[in-house]
Amino acid sequence: MINRFGSYVVRHIDSFLMGSLLFTMLVGLFVLYSASGQNVDRVLSQAANMGAALAIMWIAANIAPQHLERLALPLYILGMVLLVGVFFFGEISHGARRWLHIGFARIQPSELMKIAVPMLLAWYFSRRDNTLSLSNHAIGALLLAIPVAFIMKQPDLGTSLLIASSGFYVLFLAGLSWRLLIGLAVFAGVMAPIFWTMLHDYQRKRIEILFDPYQDPLGAGYHTIQATIALGSGGIAGKGWLHGTQSQLDFLPERTTDFIFAVFGEEFGLMGNLLLLLLFTLIIGRGMVIAGQAQNMFSRLLAGSITLTFFTYVFVNIGMVSGILPVVGVPLPLISYGGTSLVTLLLGFGILMSIHTHKKLVTS
Amino acid sequence: MNYRSELRNYQLEQHNFRLRLAFMAVLVLVCFGILGSRFFFLQMLKYDYFQTLAENNRISLVPIVPNRGLILDRNGVILAHNFFAYTLEITPSKVKNVEDTINEISEFIEVSAADRKRFKKLRAQSHSFESVPIRTHLNEVEAARFAVNRYRFHGVEIRSRLFRHYPENNLGAHMLGYIGRINDRDLTALSEANELSNYKGSDHIGKSGLEQYYERQLHGTTGFQQVEIDADGHAVRVLSSTPPVPGDNLILSIDSKLQRIGEEAFGDHRGAMVAINPKNGEVLAYVSQPTFDPNLFVDGIDSESWKALNESIDKPLINRPMRGIYPPGSTFKPFVALAGLEAGKREPPFSISDPGYFMLPGSSHRYRDWKPGGHGQVDVQRAITVSCDTFFYGLALDMGIERLTSFVSHFGFGRKTDIDMKGEMSGLLPTPEWKWKRWKQRWFPGETVITGIGQGYTLVTPLQLAQATAILANKGVAMRPRLVSSIQDARNGVVTPNPAIVVDRVTLDPHHVEIVTQGMVNVTLPGGTAASIGAGSPYAIAAKTGTAQVIGIKQNEKYNESKINERHLDHALFIAYAPADDPTIAIAVIVENGRHGGSTAGPIARKIMDYYLLGKEPPPPAPAADAAVTNAPEPAHEEELHD
Repeated sequence: MINRFGSYVVRHIDSFLMGSLLFTMLVGLFVLYSASGQNVDRVLSQAANMGAALAIMWIAANIAPQHLERLALPLYILGMVLLVGVFFFGEISHGARRWLHIGFARIQPSELMKIAVPMLLAWYFSRRDNTLSLSNHAIGALLLAIPVAFIMKQPDLGTSLLIASSGFYVLFLAGLSWRLLIGLAVFAGVMAPIFWTMLHDYQRKRIEILFDPYQDPLGAGYHTIQATIALGSGGIAGKGWLHGTQSQLDFLPERTTDFIFAVFGEEFGLMGNLLLLLLFTLIIGRGMVIAGQAQNMFSRLLAGSITLTFFTYVFVNIGMVSGILPVVGVPLPLISYGGTSLVTLLLGFGILMSIHTHKKLVTS
Repeated sequence: MNYRSELRNYQLEQHNFRLRLAFMAVLVLVCFGILGSRFFFLQMLKYDYFQTLAENNRISLVPIVPNRGLILDRNGVILAHNFFAYTLEITPSKVKNVEDTINEISEFIEVSAADRKRFKKLRAQSHSFESVPIRTHLNEVEAARFAVNRYRFHGVEIRSRLFRHYPENNLGAHMLGYIGRINDRDLTALSEANELSNYKGSDHIGKSGLEQYYERQLHGTTGFQQVEIDADGHAVRVLSSTPPVPGDNLILSIDSKLQRIGEEAFGDHRGAMVAINPKNGEVLAYVSQPTFDPNLFVDGIDSESWKALNESIDKPLINRPMRGIYPPGSTFKPFVALAGLEAGKREPPFSISDPGYFMLPGSSHRYRDWKPGGHGQVDVQRAITVSCDTFFYGLALDMGIERLTSFVSHFGFGRKTDIDMKGEMSGLLPTPEWKWKRWKQRWFPGETVITGIGQGYTLVTPLQLAQATAILANKGVAMRPRLVSSIQDARNGVVTPNPAIVVDRVTLDPHHVEIVTQGMVNVTLPGGTAASIGAGSPYAIAAKTGTAQVIGIKQNEKYNESKINERHLDHALFIAYAPADDPTIAIAVIVENGRHGGSTAGPIARKIMDYYLLGKEPPPPAPAADAAVTNAPEPAHEEELHD
């Protein structure tokens, strides 16, 4: 009885992915304990977030991909409505309009779009023939550009970047022509200066400081300088858990959220960093295997996009903390403190598991 | 067929997808490779560099300011001490808009216009990263009120600072001096003296008086704490600590009671009084009137108070005993008399018959005696007692200016006494050489004549006059005058005496000293110029009165007190030592525009001697008798007249 219940629970759980995720999240809890100044409440609250996110992952894993496919369009429309709502009625906090009050709760529609956009695009491309025309891609790009533009306007550079990349991955995996890609790259090169003028001052500043953080060592460059000092002073073996001076002594800003990797890198050193990178590689690799084995276009595009978006999270966050990418508000997945992004992430992994474990039901 | 084509499409689709996925996998590995090599670069290649940065980040050397030494009088009465008080301070570089911040603070903590003015002034003098007090002496309620609102104010902090306080307020202000905020000039001086590191964390320094002269001893040695700090600069943990060495306490030879009696004895008069123990040079009282409250200067004086003090015609900020210069007048005569005796010129029974004036050979110009008609038959001793001008006119001429000045210079005229304060004036003992250098004019015999009665070019400070009197009282042995008698180590209470130093010694015939002393004792006896001063005294007082002209009186013009503006009235001088046979106190008093030495300056000296020798306290001071002349406006001041 218990056995049967147990097997029911894990029926749609991919054990390899699950194991890697759980291990990474456990590491996250340890780092959080250190980064928060040994704040047990903070750790427990994050553990609770993880529990909730895992529950949502389980639910997602148990929903067959064909049901998800049907949800794609309504979800996207709902997300767009909410985004427009934010645009007009959103609540401003920290200079950005990201939140929306819907009677009983406060939601952040951009988080929903992280899943809704790749789902919609995967659905859109899976309904076409195998010969995709340029116009299909143009429509796909438009479906992507609208929510990205709204989110960028909030402004939330980090999230819009992640959503843009998740949509781009779908377009790319669906067979966007190389010639077009190269053409776009050239176009982007031309458009970059125009884009530059559209950025907010603080965003522009962040990019400028990226190239020379010492330009403003006590201001915008401070994050980067302190984070690189933390990482660099960690050396090969690190200073040891709870012994990072940079992090323990309050030099690192946002050290439980966006900059938590600096704490990790300081305390666990080069070895720890490479191990964590290996963990992420395992998760991404597993995601790619799932995508590669997926049985229909929707599943494989969605699985591929989710996996690569996860990679984008990791690369952008670690890149910014180690000073090779601009500081944009992207958390380190599975490690950074915060419930919202964790829920979205694990929802994505739930979908991956669903795709993987519902395979046999699709074909005979 | 249809099925097969779908199958082939499906396979092609999957194949294309996998190709693209593989491409992305390579991209992922490349990106992670970039991250990995970045880690390698930061954590291996640049490890030492970042390690050093992190250490510097983490450990900060925080200075611990030593307690400034106390200043105590000879009986242990505290004249300067320190207390802790809360200040509210703003670090301008950390605040976006200082003006707005102050306005916000003033919503719950009172910030007066004077506070704002002082802040503005101090801010202009400070670097932007230094915290500047906007309010001082916060009470507990105000401190708590700010603590609650602290989160709103980055760059605003409550600090507990050590404040200097002078509990006796005006008492001995010129001598004690005051401390003030370190300015650029102080910084330059400190850096030249290689003392800058000892002033990390200190924001005050002695600006005048003893606070300035003994700055090195009073300040102490700054300690250091190695602390771990967080990015906001807040100390998290102390790693090691070198405690500060507190500044030494100064124990003065001043008796604060005597000092107070001296100050009160002046009433509304301006002037100076110095009392010295002739045997060891200890200064017993050091009065400069009017005085001021040095506490005003500690937090940075507000402009109104500064204006009031600095622009007052009474010049309360001038340290008169050592910076006020006056003609010595007749108080110079005992020294001239001794010069004559030692030169073998006026040995008794030599005497003159005084017609009431002196004339140079071959000249009709009359150098008048203060007493029309003269004093009759006068020998050297009587000449002192009655202050006979005619006698000293002749004596000076007879001796010649060079011999006269070279002898009296042994009494410290014309040079600094080297008292333990900075900024002392050296007065003037004129010689033909000096006149030639200064004015490119030759010396006239008439100038020698008037030098004999302490007029002409000769100028003294009250301190010099007191020192000269002390040297006379000590029979030619000059002790260095000093205000600090010993220095006490604040840690263990060990007292190191500030030794008595003989600075000059002139061999005098005891018989000659006896003659002069007797002449001076007779001054305070019936028939002398200050007979009232000696009245009822159980000890013998050797004294000499003097008056010094503020403006020249024309030949044949009668000096009319009532006609002259109060500020043009003669200065009253008085020197004395007692007991005459074995003096333990020597005094010089100058009352500006006090007219007669015997009537205004003498009583002050008597009160001092009575308390010092008998422990007798004067009755509480009565309101000034001659209020009618005290308020006459006149901008001129001695220093301006004589400089």
